[in-house]
Amino acid sequence: MEVGLMQRQWVEYTKSLFLEDFLDSQFIELQKLQDEGNPDFIAEVVSLFFEDSERLLNDLTAALAQPDVDFQKIDGHVHQLKGSSSSIGAQRVKNVCITMRSFCEEQNIEGCLRCLQQLKQEICLVKNKLENLFRMEQQIVAAGGSIPTTELIF
Amino acid sequence: MSTASSSSVRKPSESVPLQFPAGLRVLVVDDDPTCLMILEKMLRICRYEVTKCSRAEDALSVLRRYKNGFDIVLSDVHMPDMDGFKLLECIGLEMDLPVIMMSVDDGKNVVMKGVTHGACDYLIKPVRIEALKNIWQHVVRKRKNEWKDLEQSGVEDVDRQQKANEEADYSSSANEGSWRNSKRRKEDIDDAEERDDSSTLKKPRVVWSVELHQQFVGAVNQLGIEKAVPKKILELMNVPGLTRENVASHLQKYRLYLRRVSGMTLQQSNLNNTFMSAQEAFGSTLNGLDLQTLAAAGQLQPQSLATLQAAGFGRSTAKSGMPMPLVDQRNHFFSFENPKLRFSDGQQAHLNGSKPMNLLHGIPTTMEPKQLANLQQHSAQSHGNMTMQASAQGGQTSSQLMQTPQPQARPQILNECTATSVTRLPPTIQQSILPNGTAGSVLARNEFTTNSRGGGYNLISPASTMSNFPMNQTAELPGNSFPLQSTPGMSSIVPKGRFPDEVNSVSDIKGSDGFVPSYDMFRDLHPQKSDWDLQHVGVTFDASQGSLDIPTAAFGHQGYASSQQNGHNRHTSTVGKAMFLLEEGSDNGNAQSMGQQLNPLFDDGSVRVKMERASETSSQTDLFSEHFGQEEDLMSALLKQQQGSIATAESELEWFHHNTPV
Repeated sequence: MEVGLMQRQWVEYTKSLFLEDFLDSQFIELQKLQDEGNPDFIAEVVSLFFEDSERLLNDLTAALAQPDVDFQKIDGHVHQLKGSSSSIGAQRVKNVCITMRSFCEEQNIEGCLRCLQQLKQEICLVKNKLENLFRMEQQIVAAGGSIPTTELIF
Repeated sequence: MSTASSSSVRKPSESVPLQFPAGLRVLVVDDDPTCLMILEKMLRICRYEVTKCSRAEDALSVLRRYKNGFDIVLSDVHMPDMDGFKLLECIGLEMDLPVIMMSVDDGKNVVMKGVTHGACDYLIKPVRIEALKNIWQHVVRKRKNEWKDLEQSGVEDVDRQQKANEEADYSSSANEGSWRNSKRRKEDIDDAEERDDSSTLKKPRVVWSVELHQQFVGAVNQLGIEKAVPKKILELMNVPGLTRENVASHLQKYRLYLRRVSGMTLQQSNLNNTFMSAQEAFGSTLNGLDLQTLAAAGQLQPQSLATLQAAGFGRSTAKSGMPMPLVDQRNHFFSFENPKLRFSDGQQAHLNGSKPMNLLHGIPTTMEPKQLANLQQHSAQSHGNMTMQASAQGGQTSSQLMQTPQPQARPQILNECTATSVTRLPPTIQQSILPNGTAGSVLARNEFTTNSRGGGYNLISPASTMSNFPMNQTAELPGNSFPLQSTPGMSSIVPKGRFPDEVNSVSDIKGSDGFVPSYDMFRDLHPQKSDWDLQHVGVTFDASQGSLDIPTAAFGHQGYASSQQNGHNRHTSTVGKAMFLLEEGSDNGNAQSMGQQLNPLFDDGSVRVKMERASETSSQTDLFSEHFGQEEDLMSALLKQQQGSIATAESELEWFHHNTPV
């Protein structure tokens, strides 16, 4: 595939991610941090996020499975997940976290469980999306092209 | 994780590094590895020296190990091993560094907590790099405040002029050149003084807690203010470990404070300023701003009070960064004491219909509506028509403190603020005055300046309130009534044990002279280090320009660095409000000897107790007041700022809502 085409596809794909709220402006901020000296920065951060979120999801699952649910603890985990997801710009994940936190406040186990399910889904989705994106970037670079800069207007 | 290298430690005599703010030594603490990585990267891009920790305990040990190895700390609020606020307090107390809190949580309560614990700023996650680019201001601010405190009138005049110039340019990227120069000069002076008074360095600081102060006041009353001599007070107080010197310096400040309080009675028709009320106010714990007391003390006009209150509240943390940034001198209000300016309700002055900008120059305009609402309750009582309500509306422009609903109040406040004959201050002054990003901290910093002298007297309460917290015994003590904080003797909790030094040095000067018009005498006694490392914690006792009628506006809680006495305020604290946080504390200034400087209370990040002596006459005036020692300066500075004010306001607002994209 020729580079120009790949680049256009990349642009379209990126746009769709933003339009569908998988990513938000924070992701663009991250992209700005990446440069020649640090070409894998985003990939590193993102993989760190997924590692960390997996751990948090496990903790959440375990906490919600307890006979005596400790909502404080759950809130703590969710808060952290909210923080890290917003740091990388994973908007949908963050939004689910917000919802889940209010369920925690209400001590609504059902609601929390549903949210947990959603979280797993969203994280999985955004992970796939980003993997696709990175793959496309790699292909562009391998073909000698450069990755276009993302400019979002909000 | 990179550790602070020894090479980055600066010698006392070293002034701000040339490449400042590059090289700022930042410690970032966050249990989230993703965030930590991103922050580190961003900070590196800002050319700061970054050290990261994922645990609060690690952070503390690193800080302890490298005592002067950091300039500012960024910490997450929610951490598993230690609460971020607790860490904030510890840092404020032990190291007196400006601390910026971060969290994805932007709830009012949490942010308020940051303010009250003395953070010099509060950033909402996801943190944008733009917000990080400005954190150096907290360090500078802190130092400036410290410096100011120490400055004596003589030096002050000269410096004020200079500062005014500097301040005018100061928006987000300060005029480093001139600032550095002036700082260097001050630092040199400070260094000299410090060396002369090495004995003060060794003494442990005395923290003037509320209780201790009450005891002090009780003793003074018993003896009679005229007859109260340190020795007798000490005997009456009967506090083990307290020295005559401690008492002497505290007494001095207290006297100045009282003087100022009494001086304000002239204009307050509905305020009853009495010695007792002042004392009461001193101990009150109105959210840090005890405007009421202040009002009672006759220090502020109702409107001013309201404004101040609002300002004081300053959500220093409002913005992403600012936690209290502690005191941003620039944003201090000008003294309301100015006898010439009367606040009358109906007085429109020229600020009629001004936009809701900060009327009070110094008043941090980053009051959010919710915060204002908070203040409102406090201020409501104190002053009938204070614009507190307005604040609710005005919340929007963070820069405006109370502006809103009461246009009239505004003009007046402004008038008062300027003290000088400047009659109209552009409404936007406030905004321009407030440096961006320090919104929160500004409040903290913008203490009320009741400096009669044109400068304005910072009640640094807001800031101090914030800073006080860590230091204060009572975490919730907003600062012992803001107004009273400024009691001369109030050396509020010196965060880092520096106090004793200072106290001692102060006492050398002859504390009981009471109203020392200018702490010139102290100036010589307390050399200050112009260390970029913020040796001097925000001492902001500016020597008043001329008459120290105003009792030191002890911003109570703030570290009462006796440095105020020193002619030069060694603001070792680098920019840190910020309330506030500061600063808080964004700066870390280790106030050295008490004598020399009052601990920079306006540590944005860290909560510092800053003893500001408003009475120092214009000492308090934070930078702003200082700079605008003269009308012309003030005006021009204001106008200058005004020009950029809108932009500033916007940026401030944006900064304030740190997480707002674009």
